[in-house]
Amino acid sequence: MQLEQMYQEIILDHYRTPHGSGLREPFDAESFQINPTCGDEITLRVRLDAGTVADVSYETLGCSISQASASVLTDLVVGRSVEDSLRILAAFQEMAQGRGQVTPDEDVLGDGVAFAGVAKYPARVKCALLGWMAFKDAVVRTERSEGGASSETADPKEATA
Amino acid sequence: MTLDVAKLRGDFPILARTVRGGRPLVYLDSGATSQRPRQVLDAERSFLEQHNAAVHRGAHQLAEEATDAYESARARIAAFVGADPGEVVFTKNATEGINLVAYAMGNAAGFPGAERFEIGPGDEIVVTGLEHHANLVPWQELCRRTGATLRWYGVTDEGRVNLGSLELTPNTKILAVSHQSNVLGTILPVAELTRRAHEVGALVLLDACQSVPHMPVNLGSLGVDFAVFSGHKMLGPSGVGVLYGRAELLAAMPPFLTGGSMIEMVRMEGSTYAPPPQRFEAGVPMTSQAVGLAAAVDYLGHIGMDVVAAHERELTALAIDGLSAVPGVRIVGPTDLVDRGGAVSFVVDGVHAHDVGQVLDDRGVAIRVGHHCAWPLHRRFGVAATVRASFHVYNTPDEVTALVEGVQAAREFFGV
Repeated sequence: MQLEQMYQEIILDHYRTPHGSGLREPFDAESFQINPTCGDEITLRVRLDAGTVADVSYETLGCSISQASASVLTDLVVGRSVEDSLRILAAFQEMAQGRGQVTPDEDVLGDGVAFAGVAKYPARVKCALLGWMAFKDAVVRTERSEGGASSETADPKEATA
Repeated sequence: MTLDVAKLRGDFPILARTVRGGRPLVYLDSGATSQRPRQVLDAERSFLEQHNAAVHRGAHQLAEEATDAYESARARIAAFVGADPGEVVFTKNATEGINLVAYAMGNAAGFPGAERFEIGPGDEIVVTGLEHHANLVPWQELCRRTGATLRWYGVTDEGRVNLGSLELTPNTKILAVSHQSNVLGTILPVAELTRRAHEVGALVLLDACQSVPHMPVNLGSLGVDFAVFSGHKMLGPSGVGVLYGRAELLAAMPPFLTGGSMIEMVRMEGSTYAPPPQRFEAGVPMTSQAVGLAAAVDYLGHIGMDVVAAHERELTALAIDGLSAVPGVRIVGPTDLVDRGGAVSFVVDGVHAHDVGQVLDDRGVAIRVGHHCAWPLHRRFGVAATVRASFHVYNTPDEVTALVEGVQAAREFFGV
């Protein structure tokens, strides 16, 4: 059945028991992202420590795919260097947008490879990427605020504009 | 006539196909776009194979035939909604029709004879809290450009417009409302709203996208000033919609898009404009689409819109009963059939609308998930997204059963 290809057990596990969810202090930057086609939302915070992703915390209002994806994201990037985390992000994005033609590398993506099935459903790719785009945006915001204000909060209105 | 749905389905080639690994298609997304019968497809093809030419220009035989086909389409579509042909303007879709009126109002200052359309600071535009973005955002933008103020009627918990939530004033220039909510299925009290608007001298624009395809609608006797609807939601082509305007209003209204076709006389120093409807149809218009839409209204007219409405009412009742019996399902909108059409939106406790939609899709059931271009309405009901089933004349009770079974399957799959 095709449904199980998309909703692999790993995804359902992360959905039912999300890792790292909830918003935590302190944080260096926050990003609010929205999927305009369905209204799903995520608020995601990043704390960096000497070039390493020290914490990712988030609150989502969304489907199982977007929630599980955010959970997998925290597993994959927390404790890694910012550079590594962005490399993982690029690999995840390439797989998610690959229409099922991209063979994911489990060494890089860990549980993230479970989302390869989602890539066959173009309408759901944005769900899988919502948290990752929030992470990318938050990392950019930390870079922008370096030397300036210590934290920057994304204005939801700006993010949806 | 009595409706033989099985026979009628034979007119719609797409309904015979399978999806997702051989499952029969159960198409319950006609609120987004409807499917087209062969009669519509044939009309377009026959026009293009035999009569295609740019309309309202040229004097060769094909140009005459194409112009006749285009104007005959206008006349048949006008008759279908109780209007005169001169009151029907072809647009690319209903959204463009609403924008046309909004921009015409914004362009009214200084246009000879268009004083009643002028709008500025202190004036009000009134909508309702259940509008599709198409009948909200153009008005927000008109307010931004002109300094006018947007106000809106609230929506009750049951999904009705709360008529007590707002008083129209002499400053109200236009009241823009849906005839039927694309999310809740609610049919609005158009006669009462129109009476209130006209009492204070305001214009009324009706978004009839979800009513004209599904029930008998006579725009002339409804008394509204403007109305819009889309071809593709009424078994017709995409790329064609209609703006209806009362003749005297269109005659006084400034144009929106300008250019060829819509002029009376052009000099380097300035131009004068053709009478309606041509004034509002700049450039070479869509033609095969208009012909296709006329074939669609012929098709619907042959069935009878009262028959269409009765059939959809039966399906709506089945859907409300079936879904209400599934634990954890909450219908957003009226759960009775009083002043209610056939869009049934719902949430399933513990399963996001996207996930419900995915399970249904896996079973061949095509429905809509998300906010259905009515985001403020979803916020009003405290939900990010809903699942929406919507019907047309070709749907069957068995398809409603497939929907209900699919929703049950989604609950089981996600273990709620």
